[in-house]
Amino acid sequence: MKIAVCIKRTPDSESRFRIAASGAAIDETGLKFDIDDFAGYAVEAALQINEKSGGGETVVYALGPDNVQEPLRKAMSMGADRAVQLKADTVPVDGIAVARALAAELKTGGYDLILFGKHAFDTSAGVVGTAVAELLGLPCVTAASQLDVANGKGTARRELEGAAELVEFPLPAVVTIDEGVARPRYPSLKGIMAAKKKPLESKPAQLGPVRVTVAKAELPPERPAGRIIGEGVTAVPELVRLLQTEAKVL
Amino acid sequence: MLDFYNIDSVLSEEERAVRDSVRSFVDGSVLPVIGEAYVQGRFPRELIPEMGELGVFGANLPEEYGCAGLNNVAYGLIMQELERGDSGVRSFASVQGALAMYPIYAFGSEEQKQKYLPKMAKGEIIGCFGLTEPDYGSNPSGMITMAREQGDGTWILNGAKMWITNGSTADIAVVWAKTNGDTSDKSIRGFIVPKGTKGFTSKDQKGKLSLRASDTSELVFQDVHLPKDAMLPKSGGLKSPLMCLTQARYGISWGAIGAAMACFEEALDYAQHRVMFDKVIAGFQIQQVRLADMLSEIVKAQLLSLQLGRLKDAGTMTPQQVSLAKRNNVNMATDIAREARRLLGANGILAEYSAMRHMANLESVYTYEGTHDVHSLILGQAVTGMNAFK
Repeated sequence: MKIAVCIKRTPDSESRFRIAASGAAIDETGLKFDIDDFAGYAVEAALQINEKSGGGETVVYALGPDNVQEPLRKAMSMGADRAVQLKADTVPVDGIAVARALAAELKTGGYDLILFGKHAFDTSAGVVGTAVAELLGLPCVTAASQLDVANGKGTARRELEGAAELVEFPLPAVVTIDEGVARPRYPSLKGIMAAKKKPLESKPAQLGPVRVTVAKAELPPERPAGRIIGEGVTAVPELVRLLQTEAKVL
Repeated sequence: MLDFYNIDSVLSEEERAVRDSVRSFVDGSVLPVIGEAYVQGRFPRELIPEMGELGVFGANLPEEYGCAGLNNVAYGLIMQELERGDSGVRSFASVQGALAMYPIYAFGSEEQKQKYLPKMAKGEIIGCFGLTEPDYGSNPSGMITMAREQGDGTWILNGAKMWITNGSTADIAVVWAKTNGDTSDKSIRGFIVPKGTKGFTSKDQKGKLSLRASDTSELVFQDVHLPKDAMLPKSGGLKSPLMCLTQARYGISWGAIGAAMACFEEALDYAQHRVMFDKVIAGFQIQQVRLADMLSEIVKAQLLSLQLGRLKDAGTMTPQQVSLAKRNNVNMATDIAREARRLLGANGILAEYSAMRHMANLESVYTYEGTHDVHSLILGQAVTGMNAFK
């Protein structure tokens, strides 16, 4: 099966973030970047599908400047066969523009399956995967927590609030991946060495017009300090009173 | 993770990728189980297949024997990350790679290499290294274990080895013995002794208060009959096991940094959350001095080991340089672990935190692979030209 996985490079979610001097982005100094978590699940899902079928090709794509080559190589060290960088000076926040560039590239790839993370940690937009499906005229399943393919058909499980659904779809298709598929493997040390020899192609991204930009970025307000109103049972009446009158949650 | 001097910027992408992959493994698979394994006094064997799949065993040996063929800086970073988990886990990998696989690679026949190395790289065959004896620790040249060649070229081995990491877990022991009645250390040769060979027994050493998540055993050889091809043909004299120790000590010098980093990170995090006298203790000068001292020593050790690794990759590293790094880095790590434990107050004695586990472990690391004192004498001899061992 020929599978494309589109990944994004995002900062470690446990970093301490600062706003950059521009006031419209985070300051990337000292941050550690990696394949976005959900995209990591998508890479793992693709590798497992091709391992199970005993063949096929897994190709990873990322759009952005040369720093996206490191996560692309990581995906290859996990087992992807080759990688394509769609080169752009920055990654636009306009998901439609990114989708357009990816779709232009993926259209002629002959892929049976195109996978994305369900959304990326840094923007939480979740636009690119669905927009690529639309631009390519393919069926789209979002937030799949399980994915299987057989006989030209795909099945996916989607977690709902208090329930789950199993959906079927014809291939080729676009699927965005939620956690729940197997935990992404650690790149083996041999895999890391092998990845150096795998092809990484770089070509300009056909972005087209970028219509959405970030005007301003700000950190969440600092939480006020907590306060201890007493200890044990004797503190309960005061706690209830404050929850009613001050916090107004009771 | 602590990188105050942006050392990442002088590591290659591949070195960082190796480090990050092992780091994820330690975070995801070692840290969740190690505290309990330590208290139970057992090596977490369940980690072996995953470590084999990851490729940490003998990772700096060539690909043709199923190894990853990494450079020595990447290998050092692996040891750092493993020991960030636990010295026992790093010891397991050190012994497997530097003390069991390395002698087979360096002194073994092509048949021995093909037979053992690919399976050892995968963790399917576990090895140990038998050099130290009950009465010969710092002075291995005095060993009394003896192998005698028989008329048909086979060997009979007699003797005992002690403090052997992986001793009871191992499928094969690489045993160092004098040969044919010659009591000089020039007669020392290496032998591969498979578990289950008649006359070979191993016994877990009980009552350890350090390296509790590690198998430390005594090996006994009583008229053990070994085939002709059990001997490592290119081994010769005490120099051979000492070459193995240089490999292992190199890894230890990196490993100790990992233990120190774990203690520092834990102490810093604790200091930033623990409130006493109405403010977090990180705001008190006395804890800031502690943290500043820890930070300085770790950064110095990181730079030291990186340069040592570059020298090793260039083929110019000397055993004395390894002695300096092992001595310095393990010593700084023992100090940092103790200070971290103290910063954590009463919580510092719990297995839930790592500081006291590292502190107790590092006492073994301080003592094994050339004690701190022995490395002092090696360095003393290197600069004065005078031998103070005797």
